[in-house]
Amino acid sequence: MYGNDFSAPDGATDEAPGGLLGEVEAAEAELRAAAARGRRGGPAPDEDLAAYFAEVVDAEQKIEPRDWMPDAYRRTLIRQIAQHAHSEIIGMQPEGNWISRAPSLKRKAILLAKVQDEAGHGLYLYAAAETLGISRDELVQLLLDGRQKYSSIFNYPTLSWADVGAIGWLVDGAAIVNQVPLCRCSYGPYARAMIRVCKEESFHQRQGYEILHTLAHGTPAQQAMAQDAVDRWWYPSLAMFGPPDGDSTHSAQSMAWKIKRFSNDDLRQRFVDMCVQQAEILGLRIPDADLRWNDERQAYDYTQPDYDELMQVISGNGPCNRERMAHRRAAHADGTWVREAAAAYAAKRAGQKETVAA
Amino acid sequence: MTQHTPLWEVFVRARRGLSHTHVGSLHAPDAELALRNARDLYTRRQEGVSIWVVPAGAITASSPDEKDAFFDPAADKVYRHPTFYEVPDGVAHL
Repeated sequence: MYGNDFSAPDGATDEAPGGLLGEVEAAEAELRAAAARGRRGGPAPDEDLAAYFAEVVDAEQKIEPRDWMPDAYRRTLIRQIAQHAHSEIIGMQPEGNWISRAPSLKRKAILLAKVQDEAGHGLYLYAAAETLGISRDELVQLLLDGRQKYSSIFNYPTLSWADVGAIGWLVDGAAIVNQVPLCRCSYGPYARAMIRVCKEESFHQRQGYEILHTLAHGTPAQQAMAQDAVDRWWYPSLAMFGPPDGDSTHSAQSMAWKIKRFSNDDLRQRFVDMCVQQAEILGLRIPDADLRWNDERQAYDYTQPDYDELMQVISGNGPCNRERMAHRRAAHADGTWVREAAAAYAAKRAGQKETVAA
Repeated sequence: MTQHTPLWEVFVRARRGLSHTHVGSLHAPDAELALRNARDLYTRRQEGVSIWVVPAGAITASSPDEKDAFFDPAADKVYRHPTFYEVPDGVAHL
């Protein structure tokens, strides 16, 4: 099973899992408990397949690749998982931009490991999408042709080293809030991939927070740099949760299918409530004059991000859309000779084996 | 991509004494590269001490649609479980 048995290297035990990481573990335990509960076998020969599918989903059981599923469920999952995979792949660029300029060898090694993780997450997700009957080549082509999207957040530039910290804290933080419920998604391969992703993602958020904490307790120039990064990344991070519930096109059906568990606005609120105290400890200001505790709602009131800007960025007009796509296309084209050489070598080796066998 | 790169299923043995468990899949032109890619993709945090890669096409799977019929023969043989039998009071070491 994905994500089991993360043996902490010698004695490096984490504190008692609480918060989001605890929820990931709860989701994993739930997945195993559901599997243990089992369910009756496949549908009876004359049974209505749609009713059978609904029964499995309602019983909090996982749908597996070879189970019958509605076409729309399959299409929705392919779109969502592919978009998620593309986001991980494109998401390497803003941070990759700082690998050669990281301020110390330690920071460079950490950032390299983090960017490598993003590539890994992309690959886990592509593999999950492929179980739905679409090929890797098709998925890659859909991204290169601009026919499938990736998260709008990666179309913003990383202007300073503090941006690497802000991405870890805010962007990865928002991603985790979004992704933790996906560990309980009704589609087995996606849920299992997300458990693995979320466990790794937690290191990303902490390394970002540590970068900002160091800067925020440094020289006035470093503090200003950290504050500037938070000022620029706060609203785009809020926008990562998507349009407000009223305007969200796919939400209701995805909730019914248990692909999605909470609405965009619920998750956004949860993220804001988490960040306020974390910002206080950093000694950095969240750039929202109207941010205040609402005793009645037991949550923070906050200013919504600019959704018109979100729509502009999604439709290709963000600060870095063209740069990100041009870079990805060039990287793919530059890799052609590697793929061809590997395939030629494999063919040659296979030929040699046949000769020996004959 | 110029040609279709084969798909491999990856199985990892987490620790000595445990069995290999399916962790996911990946693409690679040959078995050797599949093994290296699997190491880089699925064991970045010491999740394994041994890896198997198997061409996805080499796996034959039973279909969930056949689940009932296929596994039926075992369903009515409760006497294969020790709990089926009544043990008289006072019998030890049974």
